[in-house]
Amino acid sequence: MSRPDPEMTSNPPTTLFQKIWDAHTVTPETVERPAVLYVDLHLIHEVTSPQAFAALAQRGLEVRRPERVLATMDHSTPTTAPLADGSWPGIDPQAGRQLATLEANCRAHGIELFDGRSQDRGIVHVVGPELGATWPGATVVCGDSHTSTHGAFGALAFGIGTSEVAHVLATQCLLQRRARSMSVELVGTPPADVSAKDLILAVLGTIGVDGGTGHVIEYRGAAVEALGMEGRMTLCNMSIEGGARAGLVAPDDTTFAWLEGRPKAPQGKAWERALDAWRELRTDAGAAFDKRVQVDVAGLAPQITFGTHPGMVMPITGVVPDVPGEARELEYMGLAPGEPLQGRPIDVVFVGSCTNGRLDDLRAAAAVLRGRKVSPKVRTLVVPGSHAVRRAAEAEGLDEVFRAAGAEWREPGCSMCIAMNGDFVAAGRYAVSTSNRNFRGRQGAGSRTFLASPATAAASAITGEVTDPRGFLTEATIHA
Amino acid sequence: MPEPLTVVCSRSLVLPDQNLDTDQIIPARFLTTTEREGLGRFLFADRRDQAPWTDPRAAECKILVAGANFGCGSSREHAPWALHDFGFRVVISSEIADIFRNNALKNGLLPVVLESAAHAALLAAPWQEIEVDLPARRVRAAGQEYSFEVDPFGAWCLERGLDAFDYLLQQEPAITAFEEARA
Repeated sequence: MSRPDPEMTSNPPTTLFQKIWDAHTVTPETVERPAVLYVDLHLIHEVTSPQAFAALAQRGLEVRRPERVLATMDHSTPTTAPLADGSWPGIDPQAGRQLATLEANCRAHGIELFDGRSQDRGIVHVVGPELGATWPGATVVCGDSHTSTHGAFGALAFGIGTSEVAHVLATQCLLQRRARSMSVELVGTPPADVSAKDLILAVLGTIGVDGGTGHVIEYRGAAVEALGMEGRMTLCNMSIEGGARAGLVAPDDTTFAWLEGRPKAPQGKAWERALDAWRELRTDAGAAFDKRVQVDVAGLAPQITFGTHPGMVMPITGVVPDVPGEARELEYMGLAPGEPLQGRPIDVVFVGSCTNGRLDDLRAAAAVLRGRKVSPKVRTLVVPGSHAVRRAAEAEGLDEVFRAAGAEWREPGCSMCIAMNGDFVAAGRYAVSTSNRNFRGRQGAGSRTFLASPATAAASAITGEVTDPRGFLTEATIHA
Repeated sequence: MPEPLTVVCSRSLVLPDQNLDTDQIIPARFLTTTEREGLGRFLFADRRDQAPWTDPRAAECKILVAGANFGCGSSREHAPWALHDFGFRVVISSEIADIFRNNALKNGLLPVVLESAAHAALLAAPWQEIEVDLPARRVRAAGQEYSFEVDPFGAWCLERGLDAFDYLLQQEPAITAFEEARA
């Protein structure tokens, strides 16, 4: 037996996840009782919060820390311009009531809300980071499964149900069982013409739609470190599509440079102190993960889904595989094993969502569309993730690129990712979408979705059929 | 407050599909509600005109047996609300997604995970009488008995009809101490 390393025995190596968990444990878990976990940032939106505020009202409870809550309107908001009073003309009356309920609840409890008048409004997982509200090492929750997005900053961020939204509003805490840890290591250097979306789709193809269930994933490897913050957000965003509770990337200089100076980031001396603490936030050498997976991304081709969950994914150059037990899903998609997807006619292209609605994503789509026209047979929607993204894109003239190509340049929101705001794909129609879910009916009853990167979506819009974007990219326009 | 849940006996409704996500359980277009009651009518809205939902026995079922990875996807608590409102008290699968399982336990809906042979036996016999015994952690069907595990705290709340919210609210002194220590 080798002698134990004295440093190891005194201070056992731990994962990043464990460090954040420990720092937020109010009461540790036992066999009988879950842990009480403190929440640093609670994001809310109109769809999953009304019943939580009702639960507080029923018990006569107040919001414990309104300064730790941020609210936005995104899921059911039309992507048309609101009136000067912040309301949307022609909005579905029930959706309008839901927005009014959020406004009333936020006013009553002193919660900052980005409403129809706000120039900070946008998708909850776009707005939080861009304001600098998502901090490394923090706990972040929201009644939305794509809260995993914030893990890109080295925050422990996960989706919760509405009962738990009420719990956090009232106590700033959650009852939680600690998840298991999982390392997903990207091995090799991906080609410059594949994006973070292609990387996460390849991960999901490897681990499957339930490969992360019960786990918090930490994404590791040089290919992860090489990603910018927007790419890391795309990566972490789809952790839930592998069933994982959360996804994490250890914070580094890329993270700190992105956060510095944002309005809700620490300022001045507090920034210096925060940096010192954040630099400690990494998995120690030798720390044990409950599960380890490696995904080879060297030579990766652009990825596209062919089925009804994000684990049913293939290289765009491939043919539809014969997956045991998924025959009915292929039937829903109108596909047969052995068919290529390339060349299949499509009806809709959607560029947007909390997965791919940020500036880098719009730049990637614009790089393909610049000087070209979308097919007259395809409805192409470009929906920025927030007003800040919209303004930044317009400052670069991207809106002009989209309009000149014949695409619709819309107001921010979740839009056709969840199809509850009037933007939807008709039954039986095909969409190439940069969103996160190709579930049956996700983009509208009977809709059929191919998930792909912004570049693939843009190339497919031009040809009117599923298209490998690599032929449309020049060296100057490639975004890694 | 949900009724206490101890022993549930009923015919089973079987949905053999894997990966029944919460968008299928209740599509997003029904989520503009500000209520949590009455969502049973939207349960599996895009499949209600198909078997097994069209069978008159469906309305009496309290036990749903579903394919692997039930409840994956969106965190919407509307999914367990809709299942409970329809009349279900138990969901049985070989794997149940994390957020759905947490939400179910808070809404009088018991998530039961069985090992794959037991799960396969239940999937193969739709409409059979099943007994789910939460205190004993046993499922009984067709003369067979299968054991399952469930989070002890979730089970404790379900068996007594208690709301975990009340337990959390009692942790106030520890929460205050934590906040003060961090300040």
